[in-house]
This record gives sequence, structure tokens and C-alpha cells, in this order.
Amino acid sequence: MKILVCISHVPDTTSKINFTEENTKFDSNGVQFVINPNDEFGLTRAMWFKEKQGAEVTVVNVGTSETEPTLRKALAIGADGAIRINTPATNSFSVAKQLANVAKDGAYDLIIAGRESIDYNGGMVPGMLAALIDANFVNNCINLDVEGSDAKATREIDGGKETVSTTLPLVIGGQKGLVEESDLRIPNMRGIMMARKKPLTVVEANETSKETTSISFEKPTPKGAVKLVASDNIDELVNLLHNEAKVI
Amino acid sequence: MSVLVYTESEQGNFKKTAFEVASYAKTIAEKMGTSVTAIAINADNSSELGNYGVDKVLNVSNDNLKSFNAKNYAETIVQASQKENANVVVVSSSADSKYIAPLVAVGLNAGYVSNVVEAPSSVSPLTVKRSAFTNKAFEITEINTDIKIIGVSNNSFGLVEVTGNASEEVFSPSLSSSGVTIESVDKASNKVSIADADIVVSAGRGLKGPENWGMIEELADILGAATACSKPVSDLGWRPHSEHVGQTGKPVASNLYIAIGISGAIQHLAGINASKVKVVINTDAEAPFFKAADYGVVGDAFEVVPALIEKLKTFKSQQ
Ligand SMILES: Cc1cc2nc3c(=O)[nH]c(=O)nc-3n(C[C@H](O)[C@H](O)[C@H](O)COP(=O)(O)OP(=O)(O)OC[C@H]3O[C@@H](n4cnc5c(N)ncnc54)[C@H](O)[C@@H]3O)c2cc1C
Ligand SMILES: Nc1ncnc2c1ncn2[C@@H]1O[C@H](COP(=O)(O)O)[C@@H](O)[C@H]1O
Repeated sequence: MKILVCISHVPDTTSKINFTEENTKFDSNGVQFVINPNDEFGLTRAMWFKEKQGAEVTVVNVGTSETEPTLRKALAIGADGAIRINTPATNSFSVAKQLANVAKDGAYDLIIAGRESIDYNGGMVPGMLAALIDANFVNNCINLDVEGSDAKATREIDGGKETVSTTLPLVIGGQKGLVEESDLRIPNMRGIMMARKKPLTVVEANETSKETTSISFEKPTPKGAVKLVASDNIDELVNLLHNEAKVI
Repeated sequence: MSVLVYTESEQGNFKKTAFEVASYAKTIAEKMGTSVTAIAINADNSSELGNYGVDKVLNVSNDNLKSFNAKNYAETIVQASQKENANVVVVSSSADSKYIAPLVAVGLNAGYVSNVVEAPSSVSPLTVKRSAFTNKAFEITEINTDIKIIGVSNNSFGLVEVTGNASEEVFSPSLSSSGVTIESVDKASNKVSIADADIVVSAGRGLKGPENWGMIEELADILGAATACSKPVSDLGWRPHSEHVGQTGKPVASNLYIAIGISGAIQHLAGINASKVKVVINTDAEAPFFKAADYGVVGDAFEVVPALIEKLKTFKSQQ
């Protein structure tokens, strides 16, 4: 089985979010970048397929050379090869089109992406990619088994979950559940050494499209102080929620 | 020219978000000087949509659409948009709509913006404000394509009632195989889902163990709320993963979020910050959650929650 794992390179969850150039650019000063958490679950599931069923795992990112340490980390975790499509990721539709080119060229059986990236939160790339290459698509995927060309997946739905059957080629939008948190891997020394010898191929982007344009960013207005209610005066809390906040 | 809105229903009844996206669509249509067409799949009583500004409803019933499948639902919306010559398509932020919208975007070659929190500031060019960086910031985005798709964040716009009538029409899309077949669904029918809830009652490691969740469920019951939890609570197996909220769990955008025994770590707050009113109950006055909350009680959950349950019972009985 040939697996492609889409890796988004995002600020670590503890990052303070700031902007520069008159609020038009993300300020990466002092920010540590990581593999998008949803993609980390997907990559680990891909390693499971590789070890248990035999699979060749390629990771791919659309981005500038700044994202290479993130791809190297994925190689150190165990991916066999990496591809970087050399263009800044500015618009999800365009990112999906670039990924679709690589996906078609490599004839992958399974493409694992994340439900959403924690920076842009678009939740768009996996579905767009699936539609562009006319593959089956399961979003919010929390479990995946593959037998030959058949796949069984579980996906989270509002208020529960559902199990579906489908066939390869398949794209999933994955999240926690694909593997347990405790199964996530930290690259070890040997993995890091091996990663240096693995191929990281840079391909040039095809013509980029501009379906959407990011104009500027804003930070939420700071919050007023909390109103404290004494723990022996819960009547007052009910009163405030009813009469002041009007939420009950 | 028209604005098309996908109005979701469940077992024949429209979800509250259907009325919210219809209200949103009406606002855009007014700015553009055009009308709103809704697409309703398997809904029983589409005339309700007239109260939220819909001018025409396309009622779809098709055996291939009895249960949800993203590809055929998306194809239905694509065909309806073509028929109606829609230049804007509005959808909600439910799990299903977020599953469908990227497929519709490709089908219509349309720019799509998700998590939109306000009416557009301009319709030419179409400019919207969306939440990004898991609610740590907003992004102003322009959509440049001829057809534009807007995903509206839950509870961000609200309902706008109008007096109006929607005409109804039957619409029959032509569909092929969806490629994905549902084998089984496991859904608690008597529980409010986090995505649909107006109120969410959430608890963290401060509750000490799964055996103490009885009072959390009772509180949620009285309020008609969904239950949720912090990440360690689901990692420890005290509660199911589906209740994990936050940056790496489910997002919450409820009207009221009550956090009990949750410290308020940055990853937790990021995921729930879109909620309108936040209440924290925690023994530690220094817990970071107090900086993010509107109302707070410094106290022991094992005393405060039972008291709150009693007071709410009295309050509800007087309503
Ligand atoms: C990459 C990454 C992603 C993450 N994503 C998420 C996420 O999506 N969601 C999430 O929730 N977390 C997430 N976390 C974890 C987060 O950093 C915190 O560890 C977590 O939110 C803490 O959970 P908690 O508040 O339940 O527990 P704790 O931090 O242990 O807090 C328990 C609180 O309960 C209070 N308490 C104790 N006893 C009582 C009592 N009797 N009555 C009332 N209060 C009491 C304590 O004062 C304390 O404030 C993530 C972490 C990482 C590294
Ligand atoms: N620039 C990118 N390069 C590779 N994969 C990406 C990129 N952006 C997004 N993805 C994939 O698409 C998923 C959803 O991202 P998004 O649509 O931005 O929320 C991510 O979890 C990744 O798997």
C-alpha cells in the first residue's frame, strides 16, 4: 500500500499569536513550529500500517523551506520519504490543488490528512483534495482499517459516531482516536540519524490560484474582569445568569 | 443571481443552525438586492423557513439521500446552485456541513471560507471575518471567485425573524453512487450534542474520578445542556473522547459554558473561547480560567455544584 500523509506546519499550541506588517502577517518571532496535532495522529497510524501490514509512507507539505525541519521530524518518526511543494501556503484551495498534483503522480492508495489545521482551521484541504482526485473521502476519522482495497472507518458525528465502509483510493480527515495519545512517537537518535539519509524532494508548484485572499488579522478585544460570586451565595449566580447574562 | 442556503434537518425537523444560516443568507441577499433559496433535504415542514427570510425552498427527497452521505449531499447542493444560478452558497459549521462544503467548493470551483463570525463587511468584493488560530485571532478574508461559499460559525449570527412566505418546489438531483456506505450509527438519541447545544457543562480533573460525574450530568439535564470535559479527563478514560473539547478536541461555541474543576490551560481555552458567557467553578482563585470567565465561584465543586443544582431546580419550577 502506498500512503501519502499531508503534514501542515503550525505554531505549537502554547504559542502567543501576534501579527506584524500592520496586522497582515503572522509574527513567527519566537514561535516554535510543530507537526499539526491531527496530522501527528495520522502519521502514527500510517506507521502502524507500515509495520503491521506493509506500506510505503511519504509525507508532503506545501510550504517554503522554513517547513523542512517539520518534514525532517516526520522522517525521523519513520516516514520513508518527504516531498515539499515549494510555495507559501496562503489559500486552502490552492494548497489542495498542489497536493492533488503530487497525489495523482504518486498513485497513492491512501491519503491521510488532518480534520483541520490548528493555525488556519480551514477544515478544507482534505475534502477538496479528495474531490479533485475523485477519491472516496471520510472526514473526522477516528478509526481506520484497510483490507486489500476495502476500508472500514469510524467517524465522529455530532453526538456520536458512525462506522462506514468504502474502497481505496481514499482520503481521510483524521483526528485523535486514529491512534491513542500514548502511541504518538517522539523521534529518537537513530530515527534522526536515518532521516538525514532519506529523500526530501522539493518540487516546484504549478501555477497557484487565488480563490481567497487573506487581507488582515485582528486580535479579540480583551475581556473585562470576572464577576465573582461567593460560594455560599449561589442564588446570586442563578440570578446573574438569568437577569444579566440572559442565558438561562 | 441568488443566494442559496443549505438548511439542515434531523429526522424531518430543522436544526436551529438552519434558521441561523437562513438569517445570514437573508442579510447577504438584501445587501446584494437578490432573493434567498433554501435547499432542504428530507425536511417535513419547509414553510417554517419563510420566517427567517427564505423566499423559495427546494424540497429534495431522494432514496439516495435518506441517510447522510457527503458526496451525494454535496452533489445535490452543486446541482441546486447551478439551477438557481447562485453566486453565494451559505452553510453552517456542523460536522456534516463542514464535511460537505469543500466538496461543493470543488464542484462549483468556488472559494470557500469557514468559521465566519459576522455578516460580510462588503459584498463587492465579498469580505468576511472568520475566526482563526483556534479563536486566538480573527482573519479578514476576501473571496475572489464568481461563486462564493460561506460557512457560518454556530451561534455567531443569531436568528432574525421576519414575516414572510417561502414558496416550495420539488427538486430532483441526478445522483450516482456515493462510494461510502454507512454500516452502523452509534448516537445517544436522548442527549444534546456539543455542536447543537446552547449550554455546555464541562468538567475537568478537579472532579477526581469518573464516579463523580453524576452531579455533572444532573446539572446538564436541568439546563438541557450537553456534557463535555477537558483533555486529560478523556485521556484517562473517565469520559468518552467525543466529550473532549479544546484546541485538539471539539470546538465549543455555546451561549453558556460552565467549567467545573478545569484549570483553564491555553489549549482548553482556545477551543471554548467562542462561547458567549463563561462560568468557572474552581477551588483555586489563581486558576487561569478566572481570567477568561465572565462569572466565577471560588469554591469546592463538591459543594458548589449540588447547591447550584438545588437553586436551578427552584428557579426552573418558578418559570
Ligand atoms: C498539544 C496539546 C494539546 C492540548 N489540547 C487540549 C485540549 O484540546 N483540551 C484540553 O482541555 N486540554 C488540552 N491540552 C491539555 C492542557 O494543557 C491541560 O493539561 C488540561 O486542559 C488540563 O485539564 P484540567 O483543567 O482538567 O486539569 P488540571 O490542570 O489538573 O486542573 C484541575 C483544576 O481543578 C481544580 N480543582 C481541584 N479540585 C477541585 C474541586 N474539588 N473543586 C473545584 N475545582 C477543583 C484545580 O484547582 C485545577 O485548577 C493540550 C495539551 C497539549 C500539550
Ligand atoms: N500546507 C499544507 N501542506 C500539506 N498539507 C496541508 C497543508 N495545509 C493543510 N494540510 C492538510 O490538510 C489538513 C487540514 O488543514 P486545513 O484545511 O488548513 O484546516 C491538515 O491537517 C493537513 O493534513
